[in-house]
This record gives sequence, structure tokens and C-alpha cells, in this order.
Amino acid sequence: MIKNIMLGSSALMLALSTSVAQAQQITVSVQNLTHGITFTPLLISAHNDSTQLFQTGMAASSELQMMAEGGDISGLKTVLDAANATTVMDPAGGLLGPGDKSPDAAMDTGSNGYLSVVAMMLPTNDGFIGVSGWKIPTAPGTYMIRVNGYDAGTEANDEIINGAGAPGMPGIPAAPGGNGGMNASGVTGTDSNTMVHIHRGNLGDTDPMGGVSDVDSRIHRWLNPVARVTVTVQ
Amino acid sequence: MIKSNDYKSLAFATLVSTVVVLGGCHNNDSSSTTPASTKRTFTVVVSNITANQPMSPIGVVLHDLGFHAWIDGQAASTSLEMMAEGGDNSALLADATANTATLDSEGGAGPVAPGGSGEFTLSADNAAAARLTLFSMLVNTNDAFTGLHAYDLSSLAVGQSISLDLPAYDAGTEKNTEAQGTIPGPADGGEGFNTARDDITSKVTIHPGVVTMDDGLASSVLDQSHRFDNPVARVSITRTE
Repeated sequence: MIKNIMLGSSALMLALSTSVAQAQQITVSVQNLTHGITFTPLLISAHNDSTQLFQTGMAASSELQMMAEGGDISGLKTVLDAANATTVMDPAGGLLGPGDKSPDAAMDTGSNGYLSVVAMMLPTNDGFIGVSGWKIPTAPGTYMIRVNGYDAGTEANDEIINGAGAPGMPGIPAAPGGNGGMNASGVTGTDSNTMVHIHRGNLGDTDPMGGVSDVDSRIHRWLNPVARVTVTVQ
Repeated sequence: MIKSNDYKSLAFATLVSTVVVLGGCHNNDSSSTTPASTKRTFTVVVSNITANQPMSPIGVVLHDLGFHAWIDGQAASTSLEMMAEGGDNSALLADATANTATLDSEGGAGPVAPGGSGEFTLSADNAAAARLTLFSMLVNTNDAFTGLHAYDLSSLAVGQSISLDLPAYDAGTEKNTEAQGTIPGPADGGEGFNTARDDITSKVTIHPGVVTMDDGLASSVLDQSHRFDNPVARVSITRTE
């Protein structure tokens, strides 16, 4: 960077002219910052400016719903492939536990200038971590993104762990930490906001054999940020 | 979403706007052609912006790269555990003093009540690459703390200030039982540090928040007033020299 400054205006022009998306080598890693929530396999993608995985205040796509309710990222991959995106699937090789960090995923962005990252949060009904359309900087450096937990708005947060992960099926697929409950009566049968929004967090209870929730309020709550994405532009 | 260097870019803005256009400047010192003094003095004001979580005496450390009070996702040191479970910053400050990367450090005179703040002045020669670390326990919890980890101050110009919001971390060293006798703050007056590690996650993470007796945890000594959300503290850093 110092070099560019010393070279003066011609270097500046060069730098500005590269602001249109050109192939860049980047690495991306994701750290789970929560104390008791597990992330399903990550999807990391560099895509064009007309592709969006999700947008707050808008309804989730059926592909986003698959991811948010069941951790299935194959639908989003299909959408991204059709848009000539560069996509990395499951860089952590499975679940990403509390405090854990995925290895650096190396990507050649091609003509794609925007980054998105998603994974489902377990145990939740349709909670997910999300970065949508973050503009990838052209300047080399290391950048950090604080990531919030979102609610896809596609399923009522009943907090019943029953193995259901298919779109439209009520319930939570699993509590990977093995610390979920059973026999819950359900926190709620409906969610009023059916658009993508900031997740209100799990309610939970302290009764593993019953109560309203199979989620443990002492273990499975969280506060934002839930993750940190580190992007290195080479 | 933040870029790690947002604040530094702002600090640069008035003097060298081209740097901002080019973006992503790191540890470069754009004034390196000027034989300027590398003495740096910073005023650091930490405000407690929680409802009812007094903060234990704050520790502040000015240092070069190489001192880590904690690392997100890694196990806490015993020194951090002592601070996060019992509010005792002496071991962490001793670690800092013993570290060759440390330039200056200070410990607060007493706890900082909700709505209150603590002010510190840190100063050192050869501090052009200085970073700031600070830490304090939220005392009405089992092992929650707030802090700032090795924040790079090298781009802050004389007279300029930055303000940063700080989250609550969980040290990962004591289970969040909220039970009587386990919380050292005024909500309980219980035990602070002990060597046992029984948390559900043995890593430093963002704190999940407290449940409290008013939200279904009957065995909790905490009530609704002790709940918190991020940010829990705000720090203002001004370079005065």
C-alpha cells in the first residue's frame, strides 16, 4: 500500500480501475462464537450482484428454507451454480461446534464480487447464520465480518426436537451437543413474521423431560454476534 | 458488518485521503519519512452501559503484538479465569507486566457501577505500533467478562478519538448455573474464582446471556434486572500525544 502512495496518481488510477469485479484470490474462514449452538455444514460463495441468498424483510426462498430448517445446502448450491458463482461447501467437514473455527477456504472469485455465507444453527427451528452479498474489497488485507443470527420466517419456533428437518415439517432436527430435552408441549404454533428477520433467540426451559421447550435455556440461548467471518484478500 | 480497519481509515481520512480510496491499509506508517517521535499517550474511558452488572476493576494494557489476554475459541488461561470468575485482575496484569510486548498497563481503583465509567492514561516511548487490551468481569454472573483484544492504535492521529462497543464474553471456565453461592457480585455475594472447570464449552466465546429466576430458572439468584444484551460496555480511546 505504501508503494502505491509513493507511485502517486498513476498508481491511484490503476487502483480505481480495478474496482470492477476481477478475479481475486481470497480465503474465508468462519468461527462459531456461540457458547452452546452448533452450525450445520457451511456454504461460502462468491457471486454476482444480481444473486442474493436472503434479504431481511423478504420471504425466504425455498432453497434458503431447506438450509435454515434442515441444514441442506444443496438447493442453494444449485442456484449459485446457475449464476456461475464460486462456491465452497462444508469446509469444516461437518458440524462446527461452539468456539470452533473452520479452516481457511481458498477461493478464486472469477468475475464474482460479492460474498455470502450461511449455515443452520442447531438446535433451532429455522435459525441460521448469514452474510448476504458482502462486497469483496479489492485492496489486499484481512477483513472481519460480525455475523448475526437470523430467523428464516418459514417455521414456527416451537422448540420441539423431533428430528424433523424437511422444509415445512415442524420441529428441530437435533441438538448435536446431546443436551436437548424431550416431550415438550411446544413454545408456539405460529410465528407472525414470515419474512427473514433477526432471530429473537431461543426461549428454552430447564425441564429436559417436558415443559414447553426441548431446548435448554441454560445452554442454547445466544446473543449476537454468533459468528465471525474472516476474509483475506490476496 | 465491520471492516477491521474502518476506524483507522477514518483516522487517516483528513490527512491522506488517497489512502482511504485505496483502502485496506494495515500497519503502514504513512509518516515514516518524518522523523517523528514515537512516544504515544492515550486516554481510555470505559463506560458500563449495562442495566445492573457492575464491572470489576478494569485492567488496561498498552502493548505491541505478542500479548493475548485471551483468544476467541481457545481455552482461558488461569489468569483470565481468575478475572472472569472472581473479578481479580492482578494475575492478568502481572502476565502483562512480565510480557516483553507490554508498553504500559494500569488497573482500575475499584468497580465500575452501571452508568459509571473508568478513565485511564497510558503512555510509552517507542509505541508507534501500540495496541490496546482491556478486561473486566460482569460481576453478577458466573464467568462473564467484557473487554477489547489487542486493538491496533497505530493509525490514530494526535487529537483523534475512536469509540468501540464491547460485547460480553464467556470465559468457558464455570458453568452458568446462576446458583446461590457461585456469583461474587452483589446479587449473590458468593464465591469468585475456583480452579474447577465445568462449563459446557471450555473455550472463550460470546456469552449467551443470563436466564434468571424471572425467566424460568428457579435456582437462579439473578433477577430480570441482571439480564443484558450486547454491547455491555463502550470504550473511547483518544490519542493525546
